[in-house]
Amino acid sequence: MSFLKSIFGKVKQGLAKTRDTFIGGLRSLLLGKRLDEDLIRQLEAKLISADVGVKTTMRLVKGVREAYRSGKMQTGDEVLAYLKDELKTMWPEQDRALRFADAGSGKPTVILVAGVNGAGKTTSIAKLTKSLRDSGKTVLLGACDTFRAGAVRQLEIWSERLGVEVVKGQQGGDPAAVAFDACDAALARGVDVLVLDTAGRLHTQESLMRELGKIREIVARKIPGGPHETLLVLDATTGQNAVRQAEEFGRAVTVTGIFLAKLDGTAKGGVVIAIHDATGIPVKFVGVGERPEDVQPFDPEAFVEALFEVDQD
Amino acid sequence: MFDRLSEGFNNAFRKLSGQSRLTEANIREAMDEVRTALLEADVQYDIVNDFCETVVQDALGEEVLKSVKPGQQMVGIVHKRLVELISQGDSQTPGILKASPGPTIIMACGLQGSGKTTTCAKLAGYLKKKNRSVLLAACDLQRPAAVEQLHTVADQVNRDIPSGPAVQFYGEPDKVAEYGKAVGVAVQVAQRAVLHAQKNNIDTVILDTAGRLHVNDDLMKELEAVRRTVQPHQIMLVVDAMTGQDAVNSARVFHERLAIDGVILTKFDSDTRGGAALTVKKVTGAPIKFIGVGEHLDKLEEFHAERIAGRILGMGDVVSLVEKAQEQVSDEDAERMAEKMAKGELTMDDFLDQMRSLRRMGPMKQLLGLLPGVGQMLKDVQIDDKQLDRVEGLVCSMTPEERRDVKVINHSRRKRIAAGAGQRQEAVGQLVKQFEMVSKMSKQMAGMSLKGRVKAAKELQQSGAAASLPGMAGLPGLGAGKRSTHTPSPKSRFKPRKRR
Ligand SMILES: Nc1nc2c(ncn2[C@@H]2O[C@H](COP(=O)(O)OP(=O)(O)OP(=O)(O)O)[C@@H](O)[C@H]2O)c(=O)[nH]1
Ligand SMILES: Nc1nc2c(ncn2[C@@H]2O[C@H](COP(=O)(O)OP(=O)(O)O)[C@@H](O)[C@H]2O)c(=O)[nH]1
Ligand SMILES: [Mg+2]
Ligand SMILES: [Mg+2]
Repeated sequence: MSFLKSIFGKVKQGLAKTRDTFIGGLRSLLLGKRLDEDLIRQLEAKLISADVGVKTTMRLVKGVREAYRSGKMQTGDEVLAYLKDELKTMWPEQDRALRFADAGSGKPTVILVAGVNGAGKTTSIAKLTKSLRDSGKTVLLGACDTFRAGAVRQLEIWSERLGVEVVKGQQGGDPAAVAFDACDAALARGVDVLVLDTAGRLHTQESLMRELGKIREIVARKIPGGPHETLLVLDATTGQNAVRQAEEFGRAVTVTGIFLAKLDGTAKGGVVIAIHDATGIPVKFVGVGERPEDVQPFDPEAFVEALFEVDQD
Repeated sequence: MFDRLSEGFNNAFRKLSGQSRLTEANIREAMDEVRTALLEADVQYDIVNDFCETVVQDALGEEVLKSVKPGQQMVGIVHKRLVELISQGDSQTPGILKASPGPTIIMACGLQGSGKTTTCAKLAGYLKKKNRSVLLAACDLQRPAAVEQLHTVADQVNRDIPSGPAVQFYGEPDKVAEYGKAVGVAVQVAQRAVLHAQKNNIDTVILDTAGRLHVNDDLMKELEAVRRTVQPHQIMLVVDAMTGQDAVNSARVFHERLAIDGVILTKFDSDTRGGAALTVKKVTGAPIKFIGVGEHLDKLEEFHAERIAGRILGMGDVVSLVEKAQEQVSDEDAERMAEKMAKGELTMDDFLDQMRSLRRMGPMKQLLGLLPGVGQMLKDVQIDDKQLDRVEGLVCSMTPEERRDVKVINHSRRKRIAAGAGQRQEAVGQLVKQFEMVSKMSKQMAGMSLKGRVKAAKELQQSGAAASLPGMAGLPGLGAGKRSTHTPSPKSRFKPRKRR
């Protein structure tokens, strides 16, 4: 549990900065208060403001309102306990660790990283690379974003800072070809993990989603069992559209985990609750800054706490 | 874009119009659905509530209760309020004003990954087309390869848009440093960029800044310092249209610290409902100037509140459609086409032409979404490029004679055409049938008012003939000919990319 604590501490730290700008967390809203209709309305506002989504919010609020009206719930403290319980049961125990290739296979683990434009893919890759390196693994990067200006260079700079190598192709070239070469290189060099950066794409762009599928197929063909992990990077400031993103990327490349980036702002990323409802895809990591060390494994308990803990020291 | 929000409104008003009598209670009930729709669209919570309350008050004041068509009147009120909210206090001058003495200085700022760099390049292209000289200045010294990115897009603009003076680039790559280590350096870089522009008589400087969180005080101070030092004429907040509730916090702080002059919403090509547009407008009061609708550098459009509000209400965006059609079809072409349509002389060649211009107009769904009602109806129907390809393939393997008059297509010709296009014979028969239907319809449509045409187009869609798109073929004639005085002339709007 000390492990959880430390994560919690870090997320809280990230959120602590936001004290001044946020009007007050649920905790201060509820603790020590008598329950009434007005308080219920404020609760609704809080949940909506965290991007939890109308459906989930209404479900939770309805539960509180019914309990209140039937006299079962009378204080804010009871509401808080109820909400935490509800939210936590919405997050079943899930394996949130990175998946690796079978130890005996002698094959590299491949992590495919995808997401909409500007979500934080490349930076998140730098973060993953650093953690993997820190745990003693050898890492190779594949620069499959051949589209965006400066994208290859961006990844290259990270690789130089982190001391790993990059396989790259032509600007404007076929990203699947880069994936192909990267797999070859990973096999030849016998690295532990290959991480593929891809170009940002909107989930509505059918041809680009097919392109992503093609990259995945190439990997599967070159390295049986791969990609072992397909991470969808979501920007925590995104609203309800994130649900659509998770659904569509999930359909196109079987997403195995979510990397929730930019949780260091005032955005709560509550939309991952709705995503969990809709897709069941586990959130595996959260990004809490722009440097490679600014990453934490996702912990639902800490996350729910963070939804509540805003205006605390 | 706003498709789904429109759907929400439609649901609400369908309920309303089903009522024989309206009471305050059922107005409120209908507004509840509006409220849900707005919240699902990511409009900020308090703004939604205020909005709904105002509309209810308005409705009561305007005696909707006694109205014969209360549903419609409500739509009118919601629409009016929505337009007001999105365009409050905006002046009528679109685009980017020229400061004198120059150079005009524009600064782009916003959260990480919102689209600043791309938007700077798009703006440069926009101004270049207007024959203004632009200097793109790389003031993001934080994000790896940000300077290279801006340099590359500057070159791309010059390659893609040959007209107008070449966009120039200013960067100091040696000042780049790791996160947190170059804070403040952007101030001097911006200053030197402006000097450079002055010396070289450049009309406009666009400063691309690093993405930052509104709660990062050091970085916000940096922007304040840039503002103090070079005093930009226009500070543009670049916001991702997919942003959720937090838009209210970030926009407020950016505005408090920098006094934003305008907002640019990016990634509007996604299926986001785009409620952030309302939120940001409400908290900054600054006009939404442009929307970004794609990664390519020509994907920047001027923002129009009426259109967006119209879309929100499911009324479609006929003006945009007409403009898009105009961009692709020259007046003479349109007139010739209108005439042919009126006489029922449409040929397969015309048909192919129209299809090709439709294709140039961008993703089909986006276009269909602009049509009243059609967006909703067709949103689940797959009208994809492949279908277009097939039709094109068939037409291409017809002889000139066949294209002029499909009636000559008999069994053996059908066989030949199908073989030539590598398709089944039935496909030829189907195409001919659809074509005949369209040309009949367009003959009728040619004599109609704009409203009538839109209605006819809608019916045509409903008839199913649209399944392979030809139903759209009559549209380029819509409003593009001289007779269409209904069409507001879109003066300085995005002028034709290419006239042919
Ligand atoms: N504050 C904060 N910023 C982040 C985080 N993750 C990424 N960013 C920033 O967000 C911006 C976009 O990040 P990228 O990693 O380039 O995103 P991307 O998804 O690769 O972008 P494209 O390749 O352009 O689609 C950069 O300025 C990053 O520094 C995070 O966890 N917190
Ligand atoms: N689909 C789409 N992508 C966009 C749009 N504007 C920017 N982008 C993409 O969003 C990502 C981040 O953009 P960038 O300009 O680097 O953002 P910055 O970090 O704010 O400077 C890039 O992948 C861009 O290609 C837009 O209007 N639509
Ligand atoms: Mg990237
Ligand atoms: Mg940038």
